[in-house]
Amino acid sequence: MQQLVEELLKGNRRAAARLITLVENEDRQKTELLQAIYPHTGKAYVVGITGAPGAGKSSLVDRLLQEIRAEGLSVGIIAVDPTSPFSGGAILGDRIRMQDHALDQEVFIRSMGTRGSLGGLSRSTREAIQVLDAFGKDLILVETVGVGQSEVDIVRTADTTIVLLTPAGGDSVQTLKAGIMEIADLFVINKADLPGMERTVAEINMMLDMKNSASWRPAVIPTVSIRGEGIEELWTALKEHRRYLETSGQLAEVRLQRVRRELTEQVEYLVKNRIWAEVKDKFVLEELIEKIARREKDPYSLACELLDSIDFFESKS
Amino acid sequence: MSSKKIRVLVAKPGLDGHDRGARVVARALRDAGMEVIYTGLHQTPEQVAETALQEDVEVVGLSILSGAHMTLVPKIKSLLTDNLMKDVLLVVGGIIPEEDAAVLINEGYADQVFTPGDALEKICNYITGHFT
Amino acid sequence: MCNSEKMNTLKKRLEEWQDQVSTMAERPESFNTISGVPVKQLYTPLDLDKFDYAKDLGLPGSYPYTRGVQENMYRGRYWTMRQFSGFGDAFDSNRRYRYLLGQGQTGLSVAFDLPTIMGYDSDHERSLGEVGRCGVAIDSLEDMETLFDQIPLDRVTTSMTINGPAAILWCMYLANAENQGVSLQQVGGTIQNDILKEYIAQKSWIFPPEPSLRLITDIFSFATDHVPKWNTISISGYHIREAGSTAVQELAFTLADGFAYIEAGIAAGLNVDNFAPRLSFFFNAHLDFFEEICKYRAARRIWSRHLKERYGAKDPRSLKLRFHTQTAGCSLTAQEPENNIVRTALEALSAVLGGTQSLHTNSMDEVLALPTEKAVTIALRTQQIIAHESGVANTIDPLAGSYYVEALTTKMEAEAEAYFDRIEQLGGVLKAIDCGFFQQEIADSAYLYQQAVDKQERIVVGVNRFNSDEKPQIELLKIDPDVELKQVEKLKKLRNKRDNAAVSSALSELKATAATNENLIPKILAAVKCYTTEGEIVAALKEVFGVYKEKPLF
Repeated sequence: MQQLVEELLKGNRRAAARLITLVENEDRQKTELLQAIYPHTGKAYVVGITGAPGAGKSSLVDRLLQEIRAEGLSVGIIAVDPTSPFSGGAILGDRIRMQDHALDQEVFIRSMGTRGSLGGLSRSTREAIQVLDAFGKDLILVETVGVGQSEVDIVRTADTTIVLLTPAGGDSVQTLKAGIMEIADLFVINKADLPGMERTVAEINMMLDMKNSASWRPAVIPTVSIRGEGIEELWTALKEHRRYLETSGQLAEVRLQRVRRELTEQVEYLVKNRIWAEVKDKFVLEELIEKIARREKDPYSLACELLDSIDFFESKS
Repeated sequence: MSSKKIRVLVAKPGLDGHDRGARVVARALRDAGMEVIYTGLHQTPEQVAETALQEDVEVVGLSILSGAHMTLVPKIKSLLTDNLMKDVLLVVGGIIPEEDAAVLINEGYADQVFTPGDALEKICNYITGHFT
Repeated sequence: MCNSEKMNTLKKRLEEWQDQVSTMAERPESFNTISGVPVKQLYTPLDLDKFDYAKDLGLPGSYPYTRGVQENMYRGRYWTMRQFSGFGDAFDSNRRYRYLLGQGQTGLSVAFDLPTIMGYDSDHERSLGEVGRCGVAIDSLEDMETLFDQIPLDRVTTSMTINGPAAILWCMYLANAENQGVSLQQVGGTIQNDILKEYIAQKSWIFPPEPSLRLITDIFSFATDHVPKWNTISISGYHIREAGSTAVQELAFTLADGFAYIEAGIAAGLNVDNFAPRLSFFFNAHLDFFEEICKYRAARRIWSRHLKERYGAKDPRSLKLRFHTQTAGCSLTAQEPENNIVRTALEALSAVLGGTQSLHTNSMDEVLALPTEKAVTIALRTQQIIAHESGVANTIDPLAGSYYVEALTTKMEAEAEAYFDRIEQLGGVLKAIDCGFFQQEIADSAYLYQQAVDKQERIVVGVNRFNSDEKPQIELLKIDPDVELKQVEKLKKLRNKRDNAAVSSALSELKATAATNENLIPKILAAVKCYTTEGEIVAALKEVFGVYKEKPLF
């Protein structure tokens, strides 16, 4: 594993791929691995792209890649698709639109399923971002479907968040999920050649007028991704947002918050696992659960009992 | 939900545009709990091998109905080997005459060849069976 | 039909019969058609109480054409026996065509190889391993000349299964015909040229939808003025069905595409009666015997009604849905391939009883390879036996009036109309393609079908029931790998001996015209005549039109 990390830092694509698999599969050595690569993270700029299915995210990313590569930046892309809650499987098809870039050595594309996280961005996705960061990617694009809690997760993970819409036709922007509108640093209206485009732009601007404006007002950019229209403007706006974050000091602030959350989550994750491991060691959980079902015990007091019986300071390796 | 999944690449190499079988198999694999990366049509052998590398798949499934399998399968196997992925399970489906299937397997280019008429369950079980 | 007192008696008797039958055990299989339409045990006059002969059927050759588009149908002339064929190089295929014509085939049908279909010359790197494998390799007018050597194009009509680069292959055919001394006014045939179904099902696209439709309307227009006997498009359901759709979906999606082409032609400024008469259709003949027959009848009725009432067509030829049928490739099995002869015969019979204008019967070995001479002869004989020995062609639309057939025809028509409404709501065919509507419907049907087979709810003889462990012992056609080398050599020689200055200039003119609204066909003809290759023309057009990319929809 040590070797894999070394190879990763040297820019070996297979090492990057293998390491992402290891974090996704919760390999036993995962923590060690993340410890080893952490010092090399913090360099990549992370862009999150979210929006409803069918809005054209992958074709947008495909076009954006051309702009990014034209400036000589190396890019990592993580395309997230929903895992079926019933079968546990997934069909990850976002690559289809990006396969022209498959042979570009400076582009690394990885498809991931949500795998049990509640429709949001799983920890594995965030950890995969760290792998690509250490791998040396200048820019990492994370593409997700705007369902579940993904918009909340994405804003915590990305430096710039792009929300993708299409002209609503009959529906109003109001009908979109409240969360989605709050998180955008940039709004992209794809398929801008469809009717309703101006109305959608107007509604978004109206909504932005009403918000207590922080110093960054999200740009609203119409695109027609299949024709490559509006992509240059998008890339420019993206770079502007980054410049704004850097010069205002907000980037540092955002990343500080992110690190704070990483620590909190890691601690809570370890605590949770350790407690359950001990509980399962000491108790036959199924019996207790049946007792609760029969109303012989209640979950509140039982929880306290279980915790009382655990020795927190017993160190386990 | 358990975190370990079998990741399978379903690819359409060459100019063949018939993807009914590939799509049906992809769905079956998903329903069997696997993660399926689908490349889309008209992939070159290089694109298939590079995708397999980046996605770090354990299985590569090639769907070929154009008769070009004796050129495409060995080429892809060789590229995978170059990428240090020679132990990845390589299965092929489509229109492959039995004679050719035997050659592909005996020469080590493919681990298994599926034909029209093979039930989806058979394909899923072959793959999951390989990993237990 | 019956008066209402008789109907009431019948109703009562039927109810008693149903009560009795419901206590009897039934076979465990599904009694739905392949499309999922439930099939009752019995159909009676009660199922046709709204039936009106004059309105719903009419006579053959008159509105709404349910019983057939020609007045005397097969009494006048049998359907054209047109076997789809092509492999190796033009020389190999030319030999096979002359053989088939000698054996009694009445029209030609060309299968091109994948590089030709996708617009690549045989020496392009993406053609490696694919040249001549599932069709004939045609790179230039020179190959087209070889392909039709000793075949009189004033007496034989040819159908060419080509879509993305259809305009180019058509121009090669026309140029070759002229070289043979056959005028464009005389020459007859069909090009498939149905790009919409490529996006939906067959997926051999090149350019995006807009420029592709422009090429199609350019073809409509050029043919109207210069090639009046040519069928400019074969609006296809075959491939939609092969991709996994049900019969109802095949019917609905094909006709929806047809309406979209009508609208495109009208939008391009053409008068509907000028181009609609030369539109033709191409359907699948699958195994659910009656469902297929009803599908063809419903298709004729729907098309004529919409053309008349929605598009205001006046010429009766615009209202007539003429079609070619191919028996279903996806119904054939690799196991016990001789059984496929029987399947094909039944499917061919349904196409004939459905009133097809021309027919291709699959060979038994086509699940395994391209057909051998022996296999394709049996397939041709199948049609000849149906025609000359079975007697079914001696009367027109013999199944009309059957309670089941008329009820099912009407039901399929209603289901197709429901699909038209949905497509309308999505904003039309192009929008529906864009959001993956057709593709999703087809994929769902394909998956359901496979599951039904795997669960033995649908039986496939020799595969999931009545299997022998016998390995197929038939001889298969092998494509000589040298074909590719020979073709590459030929191309090299061609590029040396032709007038490359003329080629260059033709390509620049082509690109310039492509960027305007002017009809491209004359420029393509000019390029083709100086032996510009197909790949060179496609590459030039790609620069102007761009390429189409598939959507990641599942």
